[in-house]
Amino acid sequence: MKEELFVSGRNIPNIDPYLNIWHWQIPSYLFLGGLAAGILFFAGIFTIMGKENKMATTVKIAPMFTPFALMLGLFLLFLDLKHKMWFWQLYTTIRLESPMGWGAWVLMIMTPISIIWSASYLTEIFPNWDWKFKFLKTFEAWIIKNRILIAWPMTIYAVILGIYTGILLSAFNARPLWNTSILGPLFLVSGMSTGAAVILLLSKDHKERKIMSRIDILLIIIELFFITHLFMGFKAGSEAQINAVNLFLGGSFTAPFFTFVVILGLLLPALLEVLELRGFKVPVVIPAILILAGGLIFRFLIVEAGQITRYLY
Amino acid sequence: MRYAMALDTRKCVGCSDCVVACQTENNVPLGFCRDWVKEVVDGTYPNVSIELRSERCNHCANSPCVRCCPTGASHFEEGGIVLVEHNKCIGCGACIESCPYEARYSHPDGYVDKCTFCIHRVREGLDPACASVCPTKCIYFGDIDDPNSRIVNILKNRKFKSLAPEAGTKPQIFYLL
Ligand code: SF4
Ligand code: SF4
Repeated sequence: MKEELFVSGRNIPNIDPYLNIWHWQIPSYLFLGGLAAGILFFAGIFTIMGKENKMATTVKIAPMFTPFALMLGLFLLFLDLKHKMWFWQLYTTIRLESPMGWGAWVLMIMTPISIIWSASYLTEIFPNWDWKFKFLKTFEAWIIKNRILIAWPMTIYAVILGIYTGILLSAFNARPLWNTSILGPLFLVSGMSTGAAVILLLSKDHKERKIMSRIDILLIIIELFFITHLFMGFKAGSEAQINAVNLFLGGSFTAPFFTFVVILGLLLPALLEVLELRGFKVPVVIPAILILAGGLIFRFLIVEAGQITRYLY
Repeated sequence: MRYAMALDTRKCVGCSDCVVACQTENNVPLGFCRDWVKEVVDGTYPNVSIELRSERCNHCANSPCVRCCPTGASHFEEGGIVLVEHNKCIGCGACIESCPYEARYSHPDGYVDKCTFCIHRVREGLDPACASVCPTKCIYFGDIDDPNSRIVNILKNRKFKSLAPEAGTKPQIFYLL
């Protein structure tokens, strides 16, 4: 039996029991980043495939929400900072080794791309829209002609952003629950699935919804596979990793994780989507909202649980 | 030059003088600390062993906190001392998450703070405050690149360990067993 006691100074609520420095801001930031990445990925890829008219909501309408999501995300990141006056230093330094640093940069690049993309569709969606200035009109005309040129970097950056939301966590060797490279792809797929859910919510076109539902079901299956893989990898790992995963397999995170993430956030919406494809009448709002809520709760649980896990010494 | 510290777990009595000395020397705000004493009890009565460890930042040679800092606020000073430059720190918390030893805390003023090896004292040729007040003299501080230093001498003659070396951080605090 091994018991650890603090003789001094350390049994104080300000530092211990664990160094929970990241609260709701970081998981929300990761959620918004993943969601925007998902939408912009679909918008880009369908443009490259030349399907912008068949997938009108995906390519033209859904991306209009992404600048707001990204800016809100950046604002949440700002809220997380404890020394806010020095915020600008994030953008006067480039440190490639710091995931926090390059995440801020990826968002800084992604936000203008998303603004340009959405702006180029404004006149098409809102016929009364007027850009007022001539140079804006010339710029718009240029972009409309060269959309494919923007779609490529946008799609690639969307994947980077999606993966980044996982890498931000997995780069921390000190938190065994996060320190696995599968977290990058897992967060990417989960982000894409939440992006698809937003598109499902917005789209009125039956055919488009069908395509997105199919994609979403596939994404959910991949996500379930990744989660299983994540847990199995930990189970086969060191004691610190086994302790970490036990939080989800019997420990205090088991009930919320399996109820809200696995069952309500993945299995049920997948089932509802399958039923809908089979011709049953399911209001599309239900699976979409479930996926969004599941994705958000998933990030909250992983961020919260990760901060409890630690090296044993 | 490579500063390091060796702490004798057999001589330490767990009096926590090092903690108080640090708080006073460095104006650590109330309710926080840069070092702390852990008592690890192994076994069941009557076969128990106790290890007393005064812990602090390990001034890791391969420190994840320096690597993950987006602004370069966490950096290496002479002799490998890991410092946080307060006016560069944005308080993002990444370094707190990255430290396997939970050595950092968020100062009420916003920046992140931790043990500095009392660099202001070391530059004047003094020992860190914790080492200088220890009543059992169980804290040895010095340059492990200098073959004649006291710390090299004691590490040569005693068994020692460092904490969680498997984290790959190359910690520079050694516990004499
Ligand atoms: S002990 Fe923690 S804070 Fe100190 S250098 Fe190592 S990783 Fe950084
Ligand atoms: S909290 Fe400060 S010292 Fe720590 S990583 Fe962020 S900017 Fe660097």
